Amino acid sequence: MNAPTKPIEAFLEREYPAGFVTALEADALPKGLSEEVIRRISEKKGEPEWLLQWRLEAYRRWLTMTPPGWAQVSFPPIDYQDIVYYSAPKRKADAPKSLDEVDPELLRTYEKLGVPLHERARLAGVAVDAVFDSVSVATTFKKQLGEHGIVFCSFSEAVKERPELVRQYLGTVVPQGDNFYAALNSAVFSDGSFVYIPKGVRCPMELSTYFRINARDTGQFERTLIIADEGATVSYLEGCTAPMRDENQLHAAVVELVALEGASIKYSTVQNWYPGDKDGKGGIYNFVTKRGDCRGARSHISWTQVETGSAITWKYPSVLLRGDDSVGEFYSVALTNHRQQADTGSKMIHMGRNTKSTIISKGISAGRGSNTFRGLVRVTPKAAGARNYTQCDSLLIGERCAAHTFPTIEVRHPSARVEHEATTSRIGEDQLFYAMQRGLTAEDAVSMIVSGFCKEVFKELPMEFAVEAQKLLGVSLEGSVG
Amino acid sequence: MLDIRNLHASVDGKPILRGLDLHVGTGEVHAIMGPNGSGKSTLAQVLAGRDSFTVEDGSVSWDGVDLLAMPTEERARAGLFLAFQYPVEIPGVSNAYFLKAAVNAVRRHRGEPEYDAMDFLKRVKAEMKAVGMREEFLYRSVNEGFSGGEKKRNEVLQMALLEPRLAILDETDSGLDIDALRTVADGVNRLRSPERSMIVITHYQRLLDYIVPDHVHVLSRGRIVRSGGRELAHELEERGYGWIDEAQATPAAQGAAS
Ligand SMILES: Nc1ncnc2c1ncn2[C@@H]1O[C@H](COP(=O)(O)OP(=O)(O)OP(=O)(O)O)[C@@H](O)[C@H]1O
Ligand SMILES: [Mg+2]
Repeated sequence: MNAPTKPIEAFLEREYPAGFVTALEADALPKGLSEEVIRRISEKKGEPEWLLQWRLEAYRRWLTMTPPGWAQVSFPPIDYQDIVYYSAPKRKADAPKSLDEVDPELLRTYEKLGVPLHERARLAGVAVDAVFDSVSVATTFKKQLGEHGIVFCSFSEAVKERPELVRQYLGTVVPQGDNFYAALNSAVFSDGSFVYIPKGVRCPMELSTYFRINARDTGQFERTLIIADEGATVSYLEGCTAPMRDENQLHAAVVELVALEGASIKYSTVQNWYPGDKDGKGGIYNFVTKRGDCRGARSHISWTQVETGSAITWKYPSVLLRGDDSVGEFYSVALTNHRQQADTGSKMIHMGRNTKSTIISKGISAGRGSNTFRGLVRVTPKAAGARNYTQCDSLLIGERCAAHTFPTIEVRHPSARVEHEATTSRIGEDQLFYAMQRGLTAEDAVSMIVSGFCKEVFKELPMEFAVEAQKLLGVSLEGSVG
Repeated sequence: MLDIRNLHASVDGKPILRGLDLHVGTGEVHAIMGPNGSGKSTLAQVLAGRDSFTVEDGSVSWDGVDLLAMPTEERARAGLFLAFQYPVEIPGVSNAYFLKAAVNAVRRHRGEPEYDAMDFLKRVKAEMKAVGMREEFLYRSVNEGFSGGEKKRNEVLQMALLEPRLAILDETDSGLDIDALRTVADGVNRLRSPERSMIVITHYQRLLDYIVPDHVHVLSRGRIVRSGGRELAHELEERGYGWIDEAQATPAAQGAAS
C-alpha cells in the first residue's frame, strides 16, 4: 500500500482546543519533595495524624524504589525536585460551600472545556466533581445523592466527613508500595474523588470527575476511591485536559475500586491531557495506576478508556477477580499521533471460581506515534473454570508509526479457558481514494474507518461520553442502518 | 462532453500517460482496450483524481469545467464514477453505512433530500436484487472477504445507486462468470441514457457484445493509438495488439491515430 498522503496528515494536524491557561492566583508550595513538603500538604488539608503517617510511610518506600524500565516508552529522567507538589486556586476565606461561591473565573474555565458546572447541575443529570490542579473546586448534586445515602465528594472532604470509610479502604487495592508512581502518589496525593454507594443502592445518575491541570511546573497526583457496597451499582466517568506548555508535566494518579458482593462498578475515562506539539515538545506524562477489586461473589468491574492525549501514557487498569463468579472487563481505545507514546493494557487476575474477564484493546497509531498493548491474564491455582477473552487490534495511519503487543498469559488451573486474538491493519491511501471517489471527504473517510475500528469500545461508553469520545477522535457517530 | 487533450501523467517521476487525446460525447459509450500496463487504469484514476499520479501536461474539460482542478470528492459528487479494477476493502465499515454515506453525499450535492435509513434500505434492496446480490452483503464490511465477482457486482451496485453522469468501468468484466457478466452488462445498459457518458475499459470483445459501444479505442504506451467502431474490437481479438504497435512506430500512423 502507498504512503497515505495529504488528507490524513491534515486530519491529524488538528489543534488542541483545551490548551488555554486560566489566570488565577495560586496558593502553591515551593518546588521539591521532602518529608517537610508532605507534612505541609497534609497540614494544608487538615488531615488526621494516621493519614500523615500513611503518606510518610509511602514516601520512605518510594525513596528506595526506582522507576519501572520495562515499558516501551522513552523520556529523559524526571527531576522530582523540580516539581510543585501542591497548587490550589486561592480561596476567599474558606472552601466554597456552594457553586455560587466558586470563583467565576473557574466556572468559566470549565464552561470553556465543555463542562459547564451550573448548566450540568440543572440539565444533564450528571453529577460532577471538578478537580483543578491539586484541589476539588466544586461538586454538584451532592444533596440529591445524599438522600440515597450516596457519598460523592472530593477526597479531602471524605477524609473529614467519612474518615472511617477512607481508613478502611484506602490502599487496600493499590498498596502504598505497589509501584514507583503509586508510591509517589500515596506520599503526595492532593485531591481526587470519593464515592461510596451503600448496600443495594443503584446510583440514580452518572457520577463524573473532570480533572484539569492549570498551573505551571505542577504535578497532579489525584487519588480516587470508589466503593460499591453489596448489591450496589454505579457508573463513573472521568475527563481530563491541561494547557499547552513546552515543559512536560507529571500526572501520577491512583484509582482504587472496591466491589463487594453482587456490586457493579463501571468506570469510564476520556483522557485528553495535552499531548505535546507535533515535534514532541511538552505534554503530560500520564503514569497512572488503576485497579479494581472484585472482592465479593458475583461482583462486576468494567473499565472503559479512550486515551487520546498525553505525551506518554503508562497505565494498565486491572481487575482482581477474587469473588466467585465475578466479572472483569477492559475496553480501550488508545490513539497516539505525532510523537506520543502509549504503553497501556490491562491485567486480569483470576482468583475466584468461574470468574470471567474480557480485554478489548484498540490501538491507533499515526504520525510517529508509538502504541504498545501490554496484557496479563493470570489464572491462579484456585480459579477453577476461569475464562478470558482478549482481543487486541492495531490500526496504523501512515508509515512512520509503530504498534507493539505484549500479551502474557499464566494459567495454573487446567479448567481455564483463555483465548487471544490480535490483528494489525493500516489505513491506506487506496482506501481513502476509494471513499473519496464515492463523494466522501478524506476526513469523513478516516473518521469512518477509525470509527468502525473503535465500534466495540465506543458502545461500552455511557451515551454522553460516547459522543464526546467520537468528537475527540474527529469521528461522527456511525448511523446504524436497518 | 468529456474532452481530454494532450494528457501527460506520471507516477514517481515515471511517465505513464504520454499525450493522450480522447473526446467522449454526452450519451456515448466508448470502449478502451489495450495491452497490460499501457495506462488504462492510470487514465481512469487520473480522471477520478487520485493524487498519487501527477498530471504533467494537458487538459481535461468536462462539460466546460476544468476537471483536473476539482478535488476528488467534488468530481464524484458532480457525477463522475469509477468502477475500480481492484475494489478496495475497508474492514470495520459496513457496506450499508458506506453506501448510504456515498449516496447522501451525492444527493446533498444535487440539492436532493438525503435518504433516511428506511428510504435508503428500500432503494438499495431493489438495486441489489437487480445486480444479484444477497442482502447479507449490506451488513458485511466493504468488500472485505468478497469474492472477485462479488466485488465487481458491488461496484455495479454503487454505480446504480449513484446514477453518475460519467461512468468509467475499469475491467468490470474481468473474472466474472458468464451469468455475472450478463448481470453487469444489464446494470450498465439500464443506466445508458442520452445524458450519461461511459468509458468501458476491457480486454474482452465479449463484453462489447452485451454493452455495444459507439467507439472503440486502443491505448498503447500512454496514448490512444487507434480509434474505430465496434469492428475494431473484433479485429483486436483476432490479431492482438502487435500490429498496432508496429504501425505506431511510423510517424504517419501516429498522426492518423489521434
Ligand atoms: N503507483 C505506481 N507506481 C509505479 N508504477 C505504476 C504505478 N501505478 C501504475 N504504474 C505503472 O504504470 C503502467 C500503467 O499501469 P496501468 O495500471 O495504468 O495499466 P493498465 O493499462 O491498466 O494495465 P492492465 O491491463 O494490466 O490493467 C504500468 O507499467 C504500471 O506498472
Ligand atoms: Mg488496469
